[in-house]
Amino acid sequence: MPNTSRHSDPSGVNDGPAAGAAAGTSHHGAVAVDPPLAAAAATDVVGLGRARAFAFVAPALLLIGVFLLFPALWTLYIGATDYERTGPKHVSPSFVGVGNYTDVLADPSFYNSLWLSLLFVGFSAVIGQNGLGFALAWSLRNVAGWVRRTVETLVLFAWILPGSVVAFLWIAMLDRDGGTVNALLGTPGLAWFVDYPMASLIIFNIWRGTAFSLMLYGAALSSVPPSQLETARLAGASGLQTLRDVVFPHIRGHALTNTLLITLWTFNDFTPFLLTAGGPGDDSEIVSVYVYNTAIRDGRLGYSGAISLLILVANVVLALLYLRMLRKRSVS
Amino acid sequence: MTISDDDARRAAWRMAARIGFYALTCLIAVFFALPLLWLVTAPFDASPTYAVDVPEATLDNFAEINANPYAWGSMFNSIVLSIGTALFVVVGAALAAYALSRVRMPGRDALLYVLLLLSSVVTGTAAMVPLFLLVSEIGDSVHPALGIDSSFAVMLVMAGGLLPAGIFMLKDFVDTVPRSYEESARVFGASPLRILKDIVAPLIAPGLATIAVWTVVNVWGNFLVPFILLRDPGKQPAAVLMRTLYTESGQPNLALLSTFSLLYSLPVIAMYLYVSRKYGFRFHGGIKS
Amino acid sequence: MAGISARKLDKVYPGGVHAVDRLDLDIDDGEFFALLGPSGCGKTTLLRTIAGLEQATGGSVLIGGRDVTNVTPARRDVAMVFQDYALFPHMTVIDNISYPLRIKRQARVARHARATEIGVQLGLADLMDRRPAALSGGQQQRVALARAVACHPSLFLFDEPLSNLDARLRLEARTFLKRLQRELGVTTVFVTHDQAEALALADRIAVMEAGRIRQLGTPREVFGRPANTFVANFIGSTPMNLLDGVVRGSTVDVAGGSLPVPAGAEGLVTDGEKVIVGVRPEYVRLSRSGEGLAGEVSILEHLGTTTLVTVDCGDELVGATVPEEDEPEPGAAVRLAPVPGRLLLYRAEDGELIGA
Ligand SMILES: Nc1ncnc2c1ncn2[C@@H]1O[C@H](COP(=O)(O)OP(=O)(O)OP(=O)(O)O)[C@@H](O)[C@H]1O
Ligand SMILES: [Mg+2]
Repeated sequence: MPNTSRHSDPSGVNDGPAAGAAAGTSHHGAVAVDPPLAAAAATDVVGLGRARAFAFVAPALLLIGVFLLFPALWTLYIGATDYERTGPKHVSPSFVGVGNYTDVLADPSFYNSLWLSLLFVGFSAVIGQNGLGFALAWSLRNVAGWVRRTVETLVLFAWILPGSVVAFLWIAMLDRDGGTVNALLGTPGLAWFVDYPMASLIIFNIWRGTAFSLMLYGAALSSVPPSQLETARLAGASGLQTLRDVVFPHIRGHALTNTLLITLWTFNDFTPFLLTAGGPGDDSEIVSVYVYNTAIRDGRLGYSGAISLLILVANVVLALLYLRMLRKRSVS
Repeated sequence: MTISDDDARRAAWRMAARIGFYALTCLIAVFFALPLLWLVTAPFDASPTYAVDVPEATLDNFAEINANPYAWGSMFNSIVLSIGTALFVVVGAALAAYALSRVRMPGRDALLYVLLLLSSVVTGTAAMVPLFLLVSEIGDSVHPALGIDSSFAVMLVMAGGLLPAGIFMLKDFVDTVPRSYEESARVFGASPLRILKDIVAPLIAPGLATIAVWTVVNVWGNFLVPFILLRDPGKQPAAVLMRTLYTESGQPNLALLSTFSLLYSLPVIAMYLYVSRKYGFRFHGGIKS
Repeated sequence: MAGISARKLDKVYPGGVHAVDRLDLDIDDGEFFALLGPSGCGKTTLLRTIAGLEQATGGSVLIGGRDVTNVTPARRDVAMVFQDYALFPHMTVIDNISYPLRIKRQARVARHARATEIGVQLGLADLMDRRPAALSGGQQQRVALARAVACHPSLFLFDEPLSNLDARLRLEARTFLKRLQRELGVTTVFVTHDQAEALALADRIAVMEAGRIRQLGTPREVFGRPANTFVANFIGSTPMNLLDGVVRGSTVDVAGGSLPVPAGAEGLVTDGEKVIVGVRPEYVRLSRSGEGLAGEVSILEHLGTTTLVTVDCGDELVGATVPEEDEPEPGAAVRLAPVPGRLLLYRAEDGELIGA
C-alpha cells in the first residue's frame, strides 16, 4: 500500500491535543494489517520494550490461564470420563467417550432443569427485568429528582447486596407463618417456596436484577436526541407513537445487548440455590443448581462435567452474539 | 362551549393518568423496598420476627454476634478474601492493561477478544466441577496450602475469573491518557516503571479505584466459589456462613441473622454510596457481573 | 551545546508511509532552526526521530558529533515541548518544572530552588502551586518551556508550541521564545506550519514537503528567492503571483503583455521555452500609465496599512499591494510593473528556480 500515505492518517490535518490521543489509536488501527517486518518499528511509543511488555502481561495471563481457561478446557476431558468424587471411580476413572453426553441427553431430569431454566430466564430476565427496567427508565426520565433518586437507589440496592443476604430477606418475607407477604395479602399459611417455587424465584429475580436494565436503558434513552422527541411532540404523536417511531429505532441495539447479557447472567445465576436448593423435589432445579446437585452433592463429576460443557457451549453462543453486536455498534 | 367541555375532559383524563402513574410508581417502589425493610427494622427489634414491624428499639441483638463462634471470624475472612483478591486483580490488571494499551504485541487484538469472551463465558456454574477438581488436585499434589480449604486458592480462583473484565475496563482508562505525557517523561530520562508509577498510576487512579471497588463488591457477595472450595467453617466467609445460619440450625436465630445480615451488607452499601458520590454511579460493563 | 546532523535519515512507518525520505540536514550549534511545511509533510516525525521517540528506519542522527541513532531518548540530552504541552495534570507547576531534576535524583530542596528560579525568570512566580488545569494557555506554554529549560539540555525540540494560543498571545510568546533562546544559546529546532512564525523566529528555515527538504536557507533567502514554486507558494502571507509565460528572445510573454527576462536567468533559457514567472505582490508597482502589464482592477482587499489589489490581466489574475492612500478604484485601467531584481523565473516542467 505505498500510495496511500496521505489518506491513511485521518487526523493528519489536525494534531490538536484531543486529536493526538485519537491519532494514536487510529495509527494502531492501521498497523493491524501491516507486514510483520515493518510492524517491528513503531510498535512501542513509550519504550517499554517487547520483553518487558510480555512480563507485564504474564502474571494476569497466568492466573487467567490456570483458573479460567484450563478449567473450561478440562471440562471437555472430565465430561468424557466416569469420574466420581469418592470411591473406586475417583481413584481410577475410565474413559467413556460420548457416553455421558448420550446419558445426559436421555435423562429426563436434565430436560426438566433445562425447561425450568428456560422459564426462569424467559420470564424473569427477558420479560421481567427487561420490561420493568425499560418502563422505569422511560417513566422516570422526566420525574422530579428525589422521586427518581429514591426509586433508583432502591432498585440498585436490590442489585448490589450480597446474594446470601437478599436470599434470606426473601425467605423471611415469604415465610409461611410470619412472612410479611402473607400478612399483606391475607393468605396465612401459604408456603410460597413450596407451593409456587418457580413463580417465587422469577419474582425474586426480577426484583434482584432489574437495576442493570434500568441503568442501561437510562443511558440509552439519554442518547436519543431531544430534538427528535420534540419534533414528534410537535407533530402531535402520542406517547406510544413516540416510543415506536422515535425511541425504539435508537435503542434497538441497546435492547439486544441488554437482553443478551441478562440472559447470560440469569442462565448462570446460582442464587436460586440459596432460596430453594432446587426443591421441593426437583421442582425448581434450574440448570445451575442441577450441576451442583449432580456434581458436589451426588459426586457424579464426569456426568456433571458433560452438563457443564453444554452450559459452556450455550454461553459461548450467547457471548459471540453479544460481541458481534458490540462490533457492529462500534462500526456504525 | 364544546371546546371547553373537551378541554375539561382532557384535563381530567390527564389528572387521572397522573394519579395512576404515581400510584404505580409507589407500588413498584414498595415492591423494591419491602424486602429491604426487614433488613433495617429486625436488627433493632427486641423480639424480631419474620414480619416487618415497628421495632421496640434495642441494640441487644448485636450481642448475639459475639455469641456465635464463627460470626466475626467469617466477617474477617470476607475482608481478607476481598482485599487479597483486589490486590491480585488491581496489580495484575494494571500491568497487563498498560502493556496492552501501549505496546503492540502480535496477536493483541485476538487476545483481547478471547479475554472478553472468556470473562463472560466461563462462569462459576459452568466451571464449578473442574475448579473443584483442579484445586483438590493442586492441594494433593503440590501443597495443601493451595488446595481445598485454602483462602489463598479462593483468591487466585476469583482473581482469575475477574481479571479479564478488569483488564478490559482498565485498558479503557489507560487508553484515555495521552501518550505525550509518557513521551515527555521518557525524553527527560524516566524509566518505564518510573513512568508507570509517577505518571500513569496517578492519572488512572479513578480507574484503579473502580476496579478495586468492583472486585471487593464481587468477592464480598460471591457465594459459589468459597462454598465449593472451603469446607472448614473457620475459614468460610460471611456469604457462606450466612447460609448455614438459616439452613443448619433447626429454628433460625433471627436476632443473630438480622444483625449479621446488616453488618455484612454495610460495607457494600458504604462502597456504593462512596462510588455514587465520587463518580456518579456509572457502570463499566456492570460493576457486578 | 551541540549541533545536529542527519545523514540519509529515513523513517517509514509500518503501513508504508514514508514520512522522512533520505534526508540530509546540518544544524549549527546555538542555531534557532525552523522546520516548516504543510500538514503531514513529516515535520513532527523528523523531530521525534531526532528526540529518539521514533526509531529511524535508515540513515543516522548525530547530536554534537555523537551518533545517537540507536540511543534511547533519555541519553540524548534533549528536551522536548509538545504541542499539547504534556504538563502532568496531577502535579503542581513547581513539581512539573522540577520533574526532570527528580528523574536525575536531585534532592527535593535543590530541585525546588532551581524550579523556582526558572519560574521567576519566566514570570510564573505566583503560579507555582497551581495545577495545570488552573492555568491559561499562555501560562501552560510557559510552564512547558520552564520544564524544558530546567533539565539543561543541549538541544530544545519544539513541536508547534504556539499553535494552541490565540493570535495575540502568539505574537507575545514568539518574542518571548526568541529572547529566551538568545539568552540560553541552546540549539533549538522549532516545528511549525505557520510561515510567518518561521520567518520571524528562525536563523534558518527548512521547508519540507512529503518527507524531503525543498529549500534550506535564511528567512530572507526563503522569502526573497524561493528555490521552487512549492516554496514560493507556501511562504508569504499573501500568495506569490505565479504566471505561465513563454520566453521570446530577451522578454517573456506573460498575462497578455511582456516583461524582460531577469538578469540572473539570461542565457539559461531558450527562445520559446515555457516558464513560470513569479513575483510577490509586495514587489509589484501599480501605476495609471507607463510600463508593464495592462489590466483592470477587479478586487480590493484591505490588509491594514496596505491594500491587496487583484488585477485582471489578459486571462490571469495578478496581485499587487499598494499603500492604502494609493488605492485605485475598482474597474480602473492600470499598469503593473515588477520591482527590478524581484522577478523570478521558474522552469515550467519541474518548478525549479532558473534565476532572478
Ligand atoms: N505513528 C504513525 N504511523 C503511521 N503513519 C504515521 C504515524 N505518524 C505519522 N504518520 C504519517 O506520517 C506522515 C507525516 O506525519 P507528521 O506527523 O510527521 O506530519 P507533520 O508534518 O507533523 O504534520 P502536522 O503539521 O499536521 O503536524 C503523515 O502522512 C502521517 O499520516
Ligand atoms: Mg505535527
